[in-house]
Amino acid sequence: MTLPLLLILPMLLLAAGVYAVIIARSPACSRQMYGVALAVSTVALMAALAYLFSGQAPETLRLPIGLPWLGAHFRLDPLAAFFLIVVNLGSAVASLFALGYGQHEKAPERVLPFYPAFLAGMNLVLLADDAFSFLFAWEFMSLSSWALVMAHHQDPANVRAGYLYLVMACFGTLALLLAFGLLAGPDGGYNFDAIRTGRITPELAALVLILALIGAGSKAGLVPLHVWLPLAHPAAPSHVSALMSGVMTKVAVYGFIRIIFDLLGEPVAWWWGGIVLALGGITAVLGVLYALMQHDLKRLLAYHTVENIGIIFIGLGLALAFQGNQMYASAALALTAALFHVLNHSLFKSLLFLGTGAVLTATGERDMEQLGGLIHPMPYTALAFLMGAAAISALPPLNGFVSEWLTFQAILISPELPQWLLKFLAPAVGALLALSAALAAACFVKAFGITFLGRPRSPVAAQARETDRYSLTAMFILAGLCLLAGILPGLVVDGLGPVVGQINGGAQLTAQHSQPWLTLVPIVDVKSTYNGLLVLLFMAISGSIAALLIHRLASNRVRRGPAWDCGFPDASPATQYTAGSFAQPIRRVFGSVVFQARERVTMPPPGDLRPAKLEVRMRDPIWELGYAPIAAAVVAISTRFNYLQYLTIRRYLSLVFGALVLLLLGMALWR
Amino acid sequence: MALITDYLVQGCQMLLILLLAPLLTGWVRVIKARLLRRRGPPLLQPYRDLYKLLGKEVVLAESASWLFRVAPYLIFAAIWVATSLVPTFATGLAFNWTADLIAIVALLGSARFFLALAGLDVGTSFGGIGSSREMMIASLAEPAILMMVFTLSLLAGTTELSAVARFMLTAEVGLRVSLGLALLALMMVAIAENARVPVDNPATHLELTMVHEAMVLEYSGRHLALIELAASLKLLLYLSLLICIFAPWGMATAGAGLVAYLFGVAVYLAKLAFGGFLLALFETSIAKMRVFRVDEFLGAALMLGLLGALLLFVSRGL
Repeated sequence: MTLPLLLILPMLLLAAGVYAVIIARSPACSRQMYGVALAVSTVALMAALAYLFSGQAPETLRLPIGLPWLGAHFRLDPLAAFFLIVVNLGSAVASLFALGYGQHEKAPERVLPFYPAFLAGMNLVLLADDAFSFLFAWEFMSLSSWALVMAHHQDPANVRAGYLYLVMACFGTLALLLAFGLLAGPDGGYNFDAIRTGRITPELAALVLILALIGAGSKAGLVPLHVWLPLAHPAAPSHVSALMSGVMTKVAVYGFIRIIFDLLGEPVAWWWGGIVLALGGITAVLGVLYALMQHDLKRLLAYHTVENIGIIFIGLGLALAFQGNQMYASAALALTAALFHVLNHSLFKSLLFLGTGAVLTATGERDMEQLGGLIHPMPYTALAFLMGAAAISALPPLNGFVSEWLTFQAILISPELPQWLLKFLAPAVGALLALSAALAAACFVKAFGITFLGRPRSPVAAQARETDRYSLTAMFILAGLCLLAGILPGLVVDGLGPVVGQINGGAQLTAQHSQPWLTLVPIVDVKSTYNGLLVLLFMAISGSIAALLIHRLASNRVRRGPAWDCGFPDASPATQYTAGSFAQPIRRVFGSVVFQARERVTMPPPGDLRPAKLEVRMRDPIWELGYAPIAAAVVAISTRFNYLQYLTIRRYLSLVFGALVLLLLGMALWR
Repeated sequence: MALITDYLVQGCQMLLILLLAPLLTGWVRVIKARLLRRRGPPLLQPYRDLYKLLGKEVVLAESASWLFRVAPYLIFAAIWVATSLVPTFATGLAFNWTADLIAIVALLGSARFFLALAGLDVGTSFGGIGSSREMMIASLAEPAILMMVFTLSLLAGTTELSAVARFMLTAEVGLRVSLGLALLALMMVAIAENARVPVDNPATHLELTMVHEAMVLEYSGRHLALIELAASLKLLLYLSLLICIFAPWGMATAGAGLVAYLFGVAVYLAKLAFGGFLLALFETSIAKMRVFRVDEFLGAALMLGLLGALLLFVSRGL
């Protein structure tokens, strides 16, 4: 009986939130609140883990709350359990981090009440088993995270971010509401069980897919619905950013999977996969290109979330394409890759955001151009951040590589698909995926290199101190998990087995734990194998042999001296490469097309003492082509109808009367 | 017994490539010098350089961090492991299944990641220029090589190099347009990744166009020795990759006798010598290009790779 426990825990969190409203201003409140959140998340994590690995049947529960004729339905199945693990792992670590980080919060009364509420909302979305509870929890999650985004509302940029977030969240929920309406049909069976058994026509099902893509995609950050994400995620306090980017986007992915793979059931047309696949590929590449152009560390990370969501949706799109052709064994591989990436991204993105939080505490700065050399005062934070950076760049033997490798393997079996469109699309998406992986590595060389390496670019960076022990513990837990999932991927794949089976007609990958040396063998061993454990072992052995031999037999002397720099070292840290100059080659190669990046150099003539200037102009195609026209249209229409606000009562009444007549007329004619 | 032989062969391969890598670099240098009608350095000069560097003390920049000192070992380890997983003189090595071609490419990516970070660590302008250009080059080279993997996988049905080599030895392969395109793409990537002319020049210093040399500018002593050895290994890796995929004739199969292995080694050496000769010939006959022409060069490689894969979708016979 895990479900009642998992329902009581969010209630505890909500109670803690209410309690926080009362005592938020007392100095001990922060510790208590994060301590409670840590304890509750850990218990929920254990419960979900125990449920998933014991292989029990789904549990359901109906509570007499909510709509009187519907009640509130809750259900715990492997899919929900897996996402509960992701959510509660992220929450537990973020809460542990916040035990230290939260001490620096200037406005705790604006964070502490909403933080537990946010966690509770995410948990309830995953447990909901009817449309009403789902949407209610979804909105609760959105609004509580909105409040956290607005925690530092004195900054006008945050207010704008919050506004955009609110608009996009409402828009997304509206799409989901319509999707559930279509799924429930005219009889209104909003219970998920009723939806599962009901059948809808293929046209309506396609409409549900579009609506789910809009609703869940806008929350997850699918291009072109991603615009709020790089503004809102960085605006929140860092541990909340970690949760929003690392965990809440996964709840959105859960929403998509639940609606499309579970509720909609069988009538899957093959071209659905094509749409999702293409969207995923575009999202992956655009996300990382946007990220490369950023100098704000948190915004860079938020754009990377967009990239990773793209990778997850590539896997989901492949799975849909395979399912549309009844190729369930291949679909199992694609789904495993996608879910593995869900877990991985929640680990390393949370880690990177927490690392940024540590940098923010130490320096008060998140603009990379002001940082530099932090590896000297903050060696442990640097190590943890480096592991996160290597993991997200898909470098073996860490975990990011495993899920991207699995995605590649899924793409490599796509020639078996019968439709030509998919056959051409799959290698193109493969190229996009490879491009985004390579660009991600470039981006994280920049992020880590400019922030932590080199010489300090500002006094605050020079005076930084290592962060507290709670924060370090939290970061190293995540870094350790990144390594573990990378070297023992077979165990994770086995854990994902029942989850994949549930949404894939029972088909799942073969058990991996019995493979020799714990090798990962997704299909058969003549096709492709990977063993992260051995790669790590070999690297460790050959590296230590080299180090040992060289230090024993050759020289181990070291002398410190000034940097060489071709004989002209300059003492000014301004002569180093900056984030902007690091990204310049890539901006020229890719940005000139995608962002129409233009550089203009104004060089004063000889004798003129004004400094030379380099200006870079970039345009955001999605904002300018997609959002700006809509916003302009809304403003134009509302300006035009503005005079309606100042009418006399007589005119209002005649307007009402006219509208009534028109409506009745319309109904009479339609009948 | 068979298991011990397998491990022994794998061990031999690891040692062989380590010993052979500087020789290949020296060989290419000698050929290049002869083609320019210079006498050039002796064939064994790279070994002497390494020996000398290993005995010297390390001069570390004041702003260098622990990463700068760890990176050479990491880079060397990653490239050595990657190279030992490529079949050279025999297929079906004991640990071939540890990593397929995608993982080998990714291992090289790990090495590049740390090299680029090391370039940024001291905080000089040269290090930054090298890192930033290296990552730009890699961002195009990696997708290109993965497209080649795609082509191979469509044909051979596997991404594992031993199996690919075995497949390429069968008669059903024949001459194919797609394989030709993949070969071209891989050669272009190999030139770019190993910092050869026309993308970069391994022989130049103090020039604004340098990429690889700019990143390692601050390294000295044993650290430099490791990085130089890793660079030689990487050249050997790419040549072995070309040999293993496109010219696997004469490779010993797993469990073949000692004679077969020795024959395999001899054939491998001959192929390497020929490959090194071709590389030197190509390098002397072409001029170094501007940095912002490199993206066109590698973009062409990417397109060739993609074209090769698409051709196979149109017809498996192409």
